Amino acid sequence: MTKGLNPSTTTRRPDRAALFIAAVLAAIAGLIFWDVSRLSGAAGYSQVGPTTVPYAIACCLAGLAVWTVFAAFRNDFPEREHQEISPVIWIVAGLAAQMLLLNVAGFSIATGILFALTARGFGKRKLWFSLPVGIALCFAVWVIFAKLLQLSLPAGPLEHLFF
Amino acid sequence: MATFEFLLQGLWVAAQPMNLLYALIGVTLGTAVGVLPGIGPALTVALLLPVTYQLDPAGSLIMFAGIYYGGMYGGSTTSILLNTPGESASIVTALEGNKMARAGRGGPALATAAIGSFVAGLIATLGLAFIAPYIVKLALVFGPREYFALMVLAFVTVSSAFGDSTLRGLTALFVGLALSVVGIDQLTGQARLSFGVPELLDGIEVTTLAVAMFAIGETLFIAAQGEKGPDKVEAVRGSIWMSKLDWARSWKPWLRGTFIGFPIGAMPAGGAEIGTFLSYAAEKRLAKHPEEFGHGAIEGVAGPEAANNASAAGTLVPLLTLGLPTTATAAIMLAGFQQYGLQPGPLLFATNPQLVWGLIASLLIANFMLLVLNLPLIGLWVKLLTIPKPWLYAGILMFATLGTIGANPSVYELGMLLAFGLLGYAMRVFGYPIAPVVVGLILGPLAEQQLRRALAISQGDVSVLFTSPIAAVLLVIAAAALIIPLILRARGRGEVLAQLAANED
Repeated sequence: MTKGLNPSTTTRRPDRAALFIAAVLAAIAGLIFWDVSRLSGAAGYSQVGPTTVPYAIACCLAGLAVWTVFAAFRNDFPEREHQEISPVIWIVAGLAAQMLLLNVAGFSIATGILFALTARGFGKRKLWFSLPVGIALCFAVWVIFAKLLQLSLPAGPLEHLFF
Repeated sequence: MATFEFLLQGLWVAAQPMNLLYALIGVTLGTAVGVLPGIGPALTVALLLPVTYQLDPAGSLIMFAGIYYGGMYGGSTTSILLNTPGESASIVTALEGNKMARAGRGGPALATAAIGSFVAGLIATLGLAFIAPYIVKLALVFGPREYFALMVLAFVTVSSAFGDSTLRGLTALFVGLALSVVGIDQLTGQARLSFGVPELLDGIEVTTLAVAMFAIGETLFIAAQGEKGPDKVEAVRGSIWMSKLDWARSWKPWLRGTFIGFPIGAMPAGGAEIGTFLSYAAEKRLAKHPEEFGHGAIEGVAGPEAANNASAAGTLVPLLTLGLPTTATAAIMLAGFQQYGLQPGPLLFATNPQLVWGLIASLLIANFMLLVLNLPLIGLWVKLLTIPKPWLYAGILMFATLGTIGANPSVYELGMLLAFGLLGYAMRVFGYPIAPVVVGLILGPLAEQQLRRALAISQGDVSVLFTSPIAAVLLVIAAAALIIPLILRARGRGEVLAQLAANED
């Protein structure tokens, strides 16, 4: 917070990412206002109803958005380390693939793909190795959790082959 | 002596062979997962929640107690041998413990951590057993407005009192609160913020959010750091036993750490880290050889580790007696209670004493098991530390999604997991704390309920919130906890608070 008082830093450009965060906070506040305004005012005679707390939260979020704008102009946010984007994309792709394949291919195959793509994100490039390993591991996990602990994990072709 | 009788009854419940087995499984799993680098107790508890889905409430909470204590212990092993603390409460342990391990004294460091944790866990759990009934009695005079004030205090301490920025702490809290509004309003049954999506009517699952933010967010963040060279695992060389001198230097720090840590954990004032830092400072001042600090002083492991475990047990005091989670771990445990329709609080002591006292007693048993289990199995835990990162994080994501799928096998729930995982990643990049989101999500509805009750009783008169003496005092403390750090930071004294950041406990 002392940075703003330091004349040498006041010439720096505002933190764009922080301004974006402020915009997102303001948007969430607006979304709450918009949604809650449609609720009928079932507040009764106490003037307190389902809309009171959401309004309060939205007001605070709007206030925090303004505060974030100030922080952005004063460059109050900590230095951000360099982020590698490609590992993040690999892992997000793995999670998305699992999400979409889960009910079609069953737990073992879908989660095996997640496993292999996560390992890929961390630098294990040999998918021909990690994919079978992942699927085998997930199948073992499926047997333990779905059969022994009776958790409802979706079964697919691979699971139906054995059970 | 009613407490004593209840505790004996609890011990009888916990000593049933099946419950002993659950406690053993919980302790083993908790330690194994807690040892993995990058996994703190909060994530350990969140990841292992699905394992307990199929058990009866008593059995699952007993397993939970084991997981909680096991996860705490596992974290200290990681920080001694790897110098990458899996949890903020272990940072101090890493300071001295890792130095000891490098000097070939990893064995005694692990031993003093284990025995210190045991001593602290024992005393603090007994403290919990004896204090809880009094707080329950006190809580019975609490009305809605006192509860609301208490929750405001918890919100402030969790989000903004510690850490490096009031703004980011409060923002994280209000994101959690905004998420907590989603779903059907508990008092009137109206749908809020669900945008016509039927899946949103039930609200957002605390466990989904916690697993996404902690497991997926953390994995993405670590992956995005790129290759930084492997962390070095210190081998445990030499004897793992403590010498006579080690014992002589350890027992006082254990006790001091316990008495520093327990009250801090028991107050509705945030995490275990504060106790560990205070204990470290106290040991440094009282030590006969202060020059050894920074080069592997055994007191610097014994004290903070005891403080860590004592405040972990301490956080169960507000959780069990008031239903008030003050750490992310406690918030997830509250979610664990709620999955059985149990609401911790004074009523639970009255309606379900067997369960509460069974839980407290099984904490004692879990503590004994940890002591017996950990020293002989240390070789196994060290092996877990050497799992290469790709397989480790691939496995973490597998289990993280397993839990969500097990609770609700739908594409929609996995989508939430992914979305919140990305949110958790973004928050880490910009230096936002994670714990306030989780605490906000779980405490938000409870706070709203109490607020609306209080205001309904007063027919909308807001001044009623400040006119009860207890509520007024609590709100004044909350205001102080919000304003004093702001002033400290504005004057450039924020480093102290940043060190106490309650990030991932």
